[in-house]
Amino acid sequence: MTKNKLKRIDLIFHEDCECRQVLEKTFSRSNDEIINDILESGLKGRGGAGFPTGLKWKFTAEQPADERFVICNADEGEPGTFKDREILFKVPSKVFSGMAVCAKVIGAKKGYIYLRGEYRFLLPELQKALGAFHRDIKDLIDFEIIIQMGSGAYICGEESALFESMEGKRGEPRNKPPYPTISGFKDKPTVINNVETLVYAFMICKHGPLSFKELGTSDSRGSKVFSVSGDTPIAGIYELELGMSLEHFVEEFGDGDTKAVQVGGAAGFCVPRKKLKETIIGFEGVPTGGSMKVFNSSRSMYNVLHNYLEFFEEESCGQCTPCRVGCQQLLKGIEAVKKGEKKAIYLDQLLKLSETMKLASKCGLGQSVANSFSSIVDNFREEMIY
Amino acid sequence: MAKNIKLKIDGVDVQVEDGKTVLDAARAINVHIPTLCYHEDLCVAGNCRVCVVEVTGAKALVASCAMPATDGMDVLTNSLKVRAARKNIIELLLSEHNADCTMCYKNKKCELQDLASEYKTSGEQLFIDLVPLKDYTIDNFSPSIIKDDSKCIRCQRCVRTCEELQHVSALGVAYKGDKMKISTFFENPMYDVVCTNCGQCINRCPTGSLIERNYVDEVWDAIYDEKKHVVVQTAPATRVALGEDLGFEAGHVVTGKMVSALKRVGFDSVLDTDFSADLTIMEEGTELLTRLKKALVDKDPTVKLPMATSCSPGWIKFIEHTFPEYLDNLSTCKSPQQMFGALAKTYYAKKRDIDPADIVSVSIMPCTAKKFEADRPEMRSSGYKDVDYVLTTRELARMIKQAGLDFLSLPEENYDSIMGESTGAAVIFGATGGVMEAALRTAYEIVTGREVPFENLNITPVRGMDGVKEVTVKIEGTLPDWNFLEGAELKTVTAHGLTNAKYVMERVKSGEADYHFIEIMACPGGCIGGGGQPIPTNMEIRKKRTEAIYMEDTGKPIRKSHENPEVVAIYKEFLGEPLSHKSHELLHTHYKARQRY
Repeated sequence: MTKNKLKRIDLIFHEDCECRQVLEKTFSRSNDEIINDILESGLKGRGGAGFPTGLKWKFTAEQPADERFVICNADEGEPGTFKDREILFKVPSKVFSGMAVCAKVIGAKKGYIYLRGEYRFLLPELQKALGAFHRDIKDLIDFEIIIQMGSGAYICGEESALFESMEGKRGEPRNKPPYPTISGFKDKPTVINNVETLVYAFMICKHGPLSFKELGTSDSRGSKVFSVSGDTPIAGIYELELGMSLEHFVEEFGDGDTKAVQVGGAAGFCVPRKKLKETIIGFEGVPTGGSMKVFNSSRSMYNVLHNYLEFFEEESCGQCTPCRVGCQQLLKGIEAVKKGEKKAIYLDQLLKLSETMKLASKCGLGQSVANSFSSIVDNFREEMIY
Repeated sequence: MAKNIKLKIDGVDVQVEDGKTVLDAARAINVHIPTLCYHEDLCVAGNCRVCVVEVTGAKALVASCAMPATDGMDVLTNSLKVRAARKNIIELLLSEHNADCTMCYKNKKCELQDLASEYKTSGEQLFIDLVPLKDYTIDNFSPSIIKDDSKCIRCQRCVRTCEELQHVSALGVAYKGDKMKISTFFENPMYDVVCTNCGQCINRCPTGSLIERNYVDEVWDAIYDEKKHVVVQTAPATRVALGEDLGFEAGHVVTGKMVSALKRVGFDSVLDTDFSADLTIMEEGTELLTRLKKALVDKDPTVKLPMATSCSPGWIKFIEHTFPEYLDNLSTCKSPQQMFGALAKTYYAKKRDIDPADIVSVSIMPCTAKKFEADRPEMRSSGYKDVDYVLTTRELARMIKQAGLDFLSLPEENYDSIMGESTGAAVIFGATGGVMEAALRTAYEIVTGREVPFENLNITPVRGMDGVKEVTVKIEGTLPDWNFLEGAELKTVTAHGLTNAKYVMERVKSGEADYHFIEIMACPGGCIGGGGQPIPTNMEIRKKRTEAIYMEDTGKPIRKSHENPEVVAIYKEFLGEPLSHKSHELLHTHYKARQRY
């Protein structure tokens, strides 16, 4: 089964980190040179949305302000993703270094790591590593990293809700525009990057943009850390090249009876077996923040969807109508269809509703509920009804 | 300079200033985009999503209230995509809303209902009714405000009102997802939290989720009770707003018609809170001068300055919660409503030879906090409940409609006597700065024997919608008794809206400001913008009501409180003089500290 093994990449976890030397080398270059390298590498945000990292840094650096911040989004809450936890556990200094490079480029004196509430157990080790890092770079840059704990709300992984939470307010997404590059934490220009993105940015500084750019496809450069779970004999964390087909992925990670793969967690897409071949993992196909959940034929896709919808119903911040009420209606709707209280055709009504949620919700949470909903209902309609 | 943004809305070119939103731009060319969470007085929330529009080139729809207009934008407000989304969103709101419209206090005054009637074409509910699945509660413990969660659409207008306009934050958002709701500290009932009962949330609630506790039926019962003598007093601000609920444009003075309506409704005596407003000036003005004398001449260290007005019950409850250490700075005067109530069952009862036990005292107020005030244990100095029922301007409008009166064609009538006489000084109590102006008109004259040195008695610097107005009055040419004030500069400040009140009090607390006299009204614009006034409210409407108030003042033959003949008479016949023993017994009180949360 493993004859065409996917190429393993070892950038993130490779314990080659002489962070200080790399930082010294990087800091000797101009900000423009560093930004150009990041832009050149084609690195896109690894949280899932895929905004070009170099542009984010550039916009923030160019925004006039007396203060700017870099924030590491470590509120890893997407169901089925656990790779940031591993990165922070194994190579925290690479995360700190990525933040330090960003801080130099945008002129930030302070950086924050917003750590998922459930990851509190990482805190003592992280603090220790952070102390060592601060001592190590004291003479290189005037930059301090502070770790701020989240409290367990999924929505606080949304960048503007994260800012609100950090400011001591209720974690609710803001209206955009303005975007964080113009007005983020404390209404100052802010770079907010996923844990993995920051490490890649740092690795690009170390190895140069070309070695990164050689990996992946034209739309999805480089590699990515995947959290593989579900019906797989080899669940775990894998760093793989972007742009592979799901078929290849399943050949390696499936248990031989794969029915579907949920790419990108509850907010992502469900790809059925018949579409595995044509589906590319990457921004040109289905993007993912890292979550790859494999389902075999023993699984009821109704239960899978029901589980996701229960999750969204609870984790919506409740602020905007499409998301708050929409999630409840989708959940109650599929229950009603299953029980026969509503006719099967009601599913079409719900698909239209999910389209409204995608178009009209205030933030990414409500907008992405339709991803799993429509991909599961469209591909496994009979399982919803019978 | 604001640069001009050029964009297209539904194919029509429009130019707006930089910083304006797509919604502003649409309104500028009279394109109607429906809204729910948007309110002119509040910051933009962008959470109901009813106002979504399509911007060509953008993947998702955008909330027009929150989207800045940018050059070259091509906006569609009624495309197929927009219509489908908007209809779904309205259906979603309806599925979560307890739509018992015919039983609802806000029936035909509900913004959600309006939208539903615009967009609902089929009689069927599109989605599953969520209301029976939820554990909704109704908080009806407060004498002022009823909060019914089953009608809430989570637009958070009330939350923003309470936080931004009032800095009270009694209402906030609790829980998340399907459990998300508008609640209070530890979900305590409204009467048991920092709520000031100002009712500004009611004025901005688009549905029937927040309403005043209404006493219309109780008042009808009293009117039809043969044994009862029902007196009614009307607050200054009601007469410039009542018309809005009965077919008049904002800013129309309807004093005569209101009196006429009250008589036809069946009140035994229609009297004016203006009378006790003038009385308040006599008591409060004298109190201020007495405090100044004690501080300046007797060097009495126990005298508290600055002295703050005490007419606004929302402000009273605010200071009880937020600045209890300044309670002694409050004037000991009761509000005009409560002075009136105490006198109705003493002075009035005696003069008219009626057993006070048979008097039912009703007041018509622009205010919901007055309902709470009337219920205070402090307010029973007549030996009875001084004011039995408080109706808002809105409730009065309802009574007038129930009575089948055609308000527009009613004749104008005069208040009854006694306690029905009013001056211009009393009328302006209804607007921010009014008490200050009325007090200065009287106090200055007591001290100098001359009228205040402002043209036509109009102390314009204390008027208007600026949140905080600081005015210093130099006192010159004093009468012999008041020599100690010669050359003194009386420092005053006038603030409206509790956010501004808090700002003023923080300045006093930090020592940055050394005022002598503070006027505070809890509501934006003063009582004309009160929580019991007709809905909707916005800056334009408040300005029109204010203009009407000052018009009424200018038209009055008597414009100084101390010249009100009924006020002169009551001192001669009953009270003696301001701050007399009798006054203290009936017209003054003290308040107590309350919890911070």
